[in-house]
Amino acid sequence: MIEIENVHKSFDGHAVLKGVSLTIPNGKVLALIGASGCGKSVLLKHVAGLMTPDQGRILIDDQDIASSRGKPLRALRERLGFLFQGGALFDSMSIFENVAFPLKEKTRLSDSVIRSRVFDELDRVGLAGSEFKYPSQISGGMVKRAALARALVRDPEIMLFDEPTTGLDPVIGHAILKLIDECHQKLSFTGIVVTHEIPRVFSIVDRVAMLHEGTVTAEGSPQELSASKDPAVQAFVGQEETREGGK
Amino acid sequence: MNAVRKLGTYTLGHLYRMGTMGLFLVRMLVYTVIPPVKFTRLLRQIRFIGFQSLLVIFLTGAFSGMVLGFQGFYTLSRFGSEAFLGPMVGLSLIKELGPVITALMVTGRAGSAIAAEIGIMRISEQVDALELMGLNPYRYLMVPNFLAALICLPLLTALFDVVGIFGGYMIGGKLLGVGSGTYFMEMANYVEMSDIMEGVYKSLSFGIIISWVCCFKGFYASIFTGFGAEGVSKATTQAVVLSSVLILVWDYFMTSLLF
Repeated sequence: MIEIENVHKSFDGHAVLKGVSLTIPNGKVLALIGASGCGKSVLLKHVAGLMTPDQGRILIDDQDIASSRGKPLRALRERLGFLFQGGALFDSMSIFENVAFPLKEKTRLSDSVIRSRVFDELDRVGLAGSEFKYPSQISGGMVKRAALARALVRDPEIMLFDEPTTGLDPVIGHAILKLIDECHQKLSFTGIVVTHEIPRVFSIVDRVAMLHEGTVTAEGSPQELSASKDPAVQAFVGQEETREGGK
Repeated sequence: MNAVRKLGTYTLGHLYRMGTMGLFLVRMLVYTVIPPVKFTRLLRQIRFIGFQSLLVIFLTGAFSGMVLGFQGFYTLSRFGSEAFLGPMVGLSLIKELGPVITALMVTGRAGSAIAAEIGIMRISEQVDALELMGLNPYRYLMVPNFLAALICLPLLTALFDVVGIFGGYMIGGKLLGVGSGTYFMEMANYVEMSDIMEGVYKSLSFGIIISWVCCFKGFYASIFTGFGAEGVSKATTQAVVLSSVLILVWDYFMTSLLF
């Protein structure tokens, strides 16, 4: 279970997070929505332990990732998978090497087992045949899928997705969301998806939280958020739904 | 009052950077002595810093030695001491020019690339990806560069010295008429083991400076030099300039210490 408790964060005196609290039960996926620059990605990086809050705690199964250092932090991170906005694939490695990298470095699996797992994973995300291409040789959608394969290859208990469909056309964006849903069905990870894909993301998540001006202004099931009378939520969700409808 | 505040902020900012840089070196040293070492990456970096610098080291070594041959002969002939051309070229190269020019060449060729590579990995979140896999970026990125620089700098310096000495001989011996026996025998008489060791100590310390500064500048590219491509380009420039300045300053202190 992920528990975000009263997290505050400022950059150069500008408060981005002003007391964010959220709970994501085991096996559930939460969509984190909100306007650009409202601190969604910052909050996600706090959950991954890549940023430290000025105040507050982030508990992963009762262990505070913000105050963890060294081995305990590495042990917590080994349970995490993170899909970066730009993929963050190692550009000097092929797609195969990228996906195999965490297995080679963190497990004692034989080369043949690693090879078959990587091929399976790449097949699952639809990248069979592109194994030996480099990140610069493939499209944005393929980079996202390769990054997803790398994040999932060690079967993480927690998955964090930072705008998995940003910059992709609607068809590929939809395919990525579908893929995330399929992986969730199979692996039952606990997840947070930072996204603007409203309402499409509503079909693959259990709960939705909206960040506005540094705090969680609304939280509930996708249906509850859609039916919310809160003007800030309506202004955002309604607008995004209209835009999605027009696509 | 405003000027005092600005001066204070400026000073504190610099102290903070220097402290961060010092801690970075300590971490790099600690992870160097704590196994495991990533041998594949180490070999790759030895190839990059060492093997791929060979051409530039041969070229600069040869021409430095040839220039020394001309200048040394011109100066010594004024005193009728052309016979000492060998020791002059040898000592100048082994004690001073070899380690310094090699270090400056490696900084320009490999150090800048190291800073740019790590800087790009930083801004494209590849370093974050490493950390999120539970892997230590120091062990993967810094230690192989550090060890490779420590291994390669003395070897490249030795090659520079040898090529330079032969360059000096080509000018002094073949062109200006100093006998090969005189050139090499006088060199053997006057160059001592302590002179060679001085060059080795210098090249080792320059290896530490290059890997430390270039890795640091790349690793903190988005924090100290700004974001995006501009941040990486600034970090790369700063890495080369700071490494070069530190090499020359440190060379002075080493020379006065070993004099």
